[in-house]
Amino acid sequence: MSTLIDRPTQGAPATPKRSLRSRLTPNLETLPTLAAVVIFIGMVIYGEIAYGRIVQFSTISNLLINNSYLIILAVGLTFVILTGGVDLSVGAVIAISSLVGVMLANAGWNPGVVMVLMVLIGSAFGIASGVLVQYFNVQPFIATLAMMFLARGLASMLSTTPERLDDDSPIRALSTEWKVVDGPKINDLITTPNVLIAALVVIVAFFVLHKTRLGRTVYAIGGSEQSALLMGLPVVRTKLLVYVISGTLAGLAAVVYTSKLGIAQNITGVGWELDAIAAVIIGGTLLTGGAGFVLGSVIGALVLGLMNVLITRDGSIPPEATTIITGGILLVFVLLQRLVVSRKRKT
Amino acid sequence: MSAAAPAPASGSGPSSARRIVGAVIHQPYIWAIVALLLLLIINLVKDPSYLGVSVNAATGNLSGNVIDILRASAPIMMIAIGMTLVIATRGIDLSVGSVMAVSGAVSMEFMNNSGGGDAGTAIMAAALALGISAVLGTVNGVLVSVVGLQPFITTLITMLAGRGLAKVITSGQNTSATNEPFRWLANGTVFGFPVIFVIGAVIVAIVAILVRRTALGLMIESIGINPRAARMAGIRPIGILISVYIVSAVLAGIAGIFSTASVMTVEVAKTGLNAEMDAILAVVIGGTSLAGGKFSLTGSVIGALLIATLDKTIVFLSIPSSATPAFKAIVIVVICLLQSQRVRALFARRRSRTTPSAPVPTRKETVSA
Repeated sequence: MSTLIDRPTQGAPATPKRSLRSRLTPNLETLPTLAAVVIFIGMVIYGEIAYGRIVQFSTISNLLINNSYLIILAVGLTFVILTGGVDLSVGAVIAISSLVGVMLANAGWNPGVVMVLMVLIGSAFGIASGVLVQYFNVQPFIATLAMMFLARGLASMLSTTPERLDDDSPIRALSTEWKVVDGPKINDLITTPNVLIAALVVIVAFFVLHKTRLGRTVYAIGGSEQSALLMGLPVVRTKLLVYVISGTLAGLAAVVYTSKLGIAQNITGVGWELDAIAAVIIGGTLLTGGAGFVLGSVIGALVLGLMNVLITRDGSIPPEATTIITGGILLVFVLLQRLVVSRKRKT
Repeated sequence: MSAAAPAPASGSGPSSARRIVGAVIHQPYIWAIVALLLLLIINLVKDPSYLGVSVNAATGNLSGNVIDILRASAPIMMIAIGMTLVIATRGIDLSVGSVMAVSGAVSMEFMNNSGGGDAGTAIMAAALALGISAVLGTVNGVLVSVVGLQPFITTLITMLAGRGLAKVITSGQNTSATNEPFRWLANGTVFGFPVIFVIGAVIVAIVAILVRRTALGLMIESIGINPRAARMAGIRPIGILISVYIVSAVLAGIAGIFSTASVMTVEVAKTGLNAEMDAILAVVIGGTSLAGGKFSLTGSVIGALLIATLDKTIVFLSIPSSATPAFKAIVIVVICLLQSQRVRALFARRRSRTTPSAPVPTRKETVSA
């Protein structure tokens, strides 16, 4: 566990190579996450050489701004996947939450109340999934699939046409662009409240997972639920809580997404749960639970985001092939994980 | 309900009908049958002639809502059967929807380019589509069994890549083609019944005979119940796993042909979208546990019929079809709750508190409904 906490964060790539290696050798679990970092850096270098204008303020700012909702989703899913579960409902929860939010805001509700309500809608779906999983022994896949269908269906009942948020709505203030560094021409380091929200979510999640009892229980459940029960850990409460966390963060992601785009529709977020799961897996979290890191999921989300940027920049890759490349990258990562797991068993 | 009416019939000795009813009542898919009947009753209340089937005197074709439901259930049935086998081995196949799109794209693109409208072209197109589906299934199977990846991720990858492949095949277009024999697969009739349903039923029967009349079904179940014990008992998991994923993909390919043949267009972004969810739903409704092991093909067929009926009922009650998922959610939650131990225990306690004869009327009720 101590290696987990002491693990150098991705924000410090300047750490000398030897100390990095010596720290990581005893814990092969970090290898997939490290590989994600390496591939991310590799993608950045390749992009800079092949297309240029990657390592500059505006590209990096846009990468963060455009993917803040995905980062939030991936963080939520990390909790669920660490316990060995899965949450398929997050994409649909974004649809209903943002649709309700936009409709209420346009009906003249207080924007603060609306935003809180949007987050709470996510929590409600999370509670429902958690109760189904924990008290009625429904498999996580099916329980969250039911919530996905429910959320999508309810959203479609509300409206099937795009609902546009008024441009002067205070909710949109969350995507105001703040210039941190005023670079030459349009090359500015920009940040938005949304990015800060995502960063805050990541920091809090990191703290909760690695420094609190709840976090350790999450890892313990993923390692072996039976052992966690026998150790007297609050398994029931924790398993319920991870779905609530995931749902709540999906609600928050809906706020972030709505403020950025200003449009909500019943088909918003189709397939985002898979993007988020892919981000978590790329980040090195095992789908069977018990091993993985929040920061890895962040890198995973950024890898997916950067991939889209590179594909757009390249221009010669047909947009139809995007998902093939996503699949290929995912395959490389899981093969790598597989290699690590089998090596660990031998030692 | 009319508990007295069927009593004399079933009371006239230990008839085989009664034994069958007794066996069915203890099946996990009993609630799916109840839900199916409930849906039909709702439709009947809305329109008393709902179940009527009329015969077209000139062609001998049957038509009616029930026939429509059978027609719509065929593709779901195909993928549900394949999914059942995969789930029985503790796996899952998320790629079926994308395989449907690939299969549809391949056949439409082939017929569009060859331009032939004869049966030969249709057969070639179908064979090509099923061949590519089988290749995708092999990829799944090899990654799961030989490499040892988790089925969820493996098929998630093929799902993403498959959707992309379908788009690349048609260069992002929604390709259409004209070929009467191919169209006949989805819209034609045999002895008055839709071809699509007849083919579906025949395939279900073949799969059922293969897994239930040979040891194959037992082997699949043993892998799902305990892979290590199965291996020690001399069952080679690799071959079985690969073939299960191939079967699932080929059946998905057939479903893809079915669903594109009815409109003779493949919508690369839409064909088979969320089909994997429908299939998993049908399997779970049918009483097969996602944890693997014992499976029920009958249950999955009933699950597929239930989903097709639900889809049609939503349209029939003039509810916007985009709201269908909400009703599916209600069906899943209710059926999962009824299957869960906690609720069953609750029922059992209540039943034991009342008179011992209490279960009998409930049984009759389901029969007469």
